[in-house]
Amino acid sequence: MTDTALSSLPAIAKTPAVTAPTTSLTAKTRRRRALAYLQAAPLALVFLVFFVVPLALTLIVSFWSYNEYEIIPAFTVQNYIDVFEGCLNTADACTTVRTYLSTLKFCALTWVFTLVIGFTVAYFVAFHVRSKTMQMALFLVCTIPFWTSNVIRMISWIPLLGRNGLVNDTLMGMGLIKSPIEGLLYSDFSVVLAFVHLNTVFMIVPIFNSMARIDRSLIEAAYDSGATGWQTLWNVVVPLAKPGIAIGSIFVITLVMGDFVTVGVMGGQQIASVGKVIQVQMSALQLPAAAANAVVLLGAVMLMIVAMTRLIDLRKEL
Amino acid sequence: MDVELIRLTKRYGHTTAVDGIDLKVRSGAYCCLLGPSGCGKTTTLRMIGGHETVSSGDVVIGPKAVGDATPAERGTAMMFQSYALFPHLNCRDNVAFSLKMRGIGKTERRAKALAMLDLVQMAHLAERLPAQLSGGQQQRVALARALVTGPKVLLLDEPLSALDPFLRVRMRTELKRLQAELGITFIHVTHSQEEAMALSDLVVVMNGGRIEQAADPRTIFERPATAFVARFIGGHNIIRLPDATEVAVRADRMRLGAEAGPGAVPARVVSIEYQGTSVHVGFEADGLGGSGAAALTAVIDDGAYAGHPLALGQTVPLGWDAAAAHRLSA
Repeated sequence: MTDTALSSLPAIAKTPAVTAPTTSLTAKTRRRRALAYLQAAPLALVFLVFFVVPLALTLIVSFWSYNEYEIIPAFTVQNYIDVFEGCLNTADACTTVRTYLSTLKFCALTWVFTLVIGFTVAYFVAFHVRSKTMQMALFLVCTIPFWTSNVIRMISWIPLLGRNGLVNDTLMGMGLIKSPIEGLLYSDFSVVLAFVHLNTVFMIVPIFNSMARIDRSLIEAAYDSGATGWQTLWNVVVPLAKPGIAIGSIFVITLVMGDFVTVGVMGGQQIASVGKVIQVQMSALQLPAAAANAVVLLGAVMLMIVAMTRLIDLRKEL
Repeated sequence: MDVELIRLTKRYGHTTAVDGIDLKVRSGAYCCLLGPSGCGKTTTLRMIGGHETVSSGDVVIGPKAVGDATPAERGTAMMFQSYALFPHLNCRDNVAFSLKMRGIGKTERRAKALAMLDLVQMAHLAERLPAQLSGGQQQRVALARALVTGPKVLLLDEPLSALDPFLRVRMRTELKRLQAELGITFIHVTHSQEEAMALSDLVVVMNGGRIEQAADPRTIFERPATAFVARFIGGHNIIRLPDATEVAVRADRMRLGAEAGPGAVPARVVSIEYQGTSVHVGFEADGLGGSGAAALTAVIDDGAYAGHPLALGQTVPLGWDAAAAHRLSA
């Protein structure tokens, strides 16, 4: 990876020189242009090294061949054929489709819950908390869960939800249930719960940011026009918070689609997800197969994001 | 509809923004609330419109006290100082907003909104977003939005303050025309005495949460009730007489030199401003301002001034028609 990055370095550095021979330019204009390229160079470099190169490598490797003990740099589409193996058989969904459906289900559930909770929290902080100091304090409270690592936050659910955990013990102690509820832990429920817990803050922050920019006189104007609270929310606040909703949704969807840790820990290693498939292939050193899966996942996530931005633009027309 | 304020009061903690004011605005009048910033005029307007709770007293619109009624129930509509147009809606949908909130169908509300935009000469820009309009155009749209539901009382919060001077005069004419055409009550908050004079049937001069004077513009100018009113509307000299009473004399009724009359005092010329049709001459006169020198202004017709020009530092006798002196209440 480093080799490729280094070999493309001079290309960026040379860019200013490329404009130099253009004859009609004065020395001053040329200097200004060179400076502009120079100013853009650091960010371009970061992008190149940390984004373009790894992505290109993944794409390249996804077309390589492999056997039990080595990767063979020979062009093949076999990895992609493997990903979609059996998918043309319409009678029964193939593994990939079933895995994607399961991941999409988590994604949709998590999106709905984080959106509703995130919007509500952001609305409360932005519109019902008057003082800026209090807003800031409540905002910091929202970030407290991030003071510990993801895994610790997930694991902390286990003593709560387990078969003999706090929830079951309490319910049995109160006599509400006779035998422990089985599906609390290592189930779809616990996976979605953990996802919502981990990702809601990614909805709160951008939605709050959009809401904070809404001019308060617009709310008064809506009230003056005879709008009820709900009508104001739906016709003024939601449309103006849409950029925040879109950004938050992109965060949540990309995080959930690529996740393998949460599904693993909270699903008791029994639930499939796209990320988990890739991780298993990587630990088996089937890197080209993992790369092909990653490229397909990337395509799927990008399609979702494009579809979402389309939807939000369309809504604007109503 | 008639609007009546009865002992209307607004307190914020220990400060009193509006201090028990009484006012009656008859139906179809153009009323201006005039005063410096912080005098309580905007708070009063917002209480009439139902955007501010009333600490004590009543707002009566038409036959009944409105209490906690919503703006729609009161029959008022407000035009906000910043216009407060919805940035995500085009002009037509901005105007149609309140109709949509009332559940009126799309075709009908769009037709009504277009008719209203036509009234303010904005129908050709109906599809534009507010950000694509100039300040004056945004203002017209805001006006159309306020008028679309057929309010009985239109409340305007400093509607012209964001416009440039030329546009301000034009929009002023237009507001007056619309008010005459629609025949509804307009209550307009402003800090410009010129605007208040030009538009109103009833000028309400406010200061420190109280009404100093409420009268038609001519009475306000001819017979200002207090020294504050006389100072705020301008064009007056406030003179303290030897018997400690104060009188207001219009600056254009001051007399100079030979015409000054028997009560004249010597005054020193401190400024001369040429204004086209008239010349504004500033004087300092000992003995007219209680203690110290009084700053007085005389507005002299340009022809008369040309006949008897003055020089800075010159001392001339300065007096006024006794009939032009209007006694002020303390």
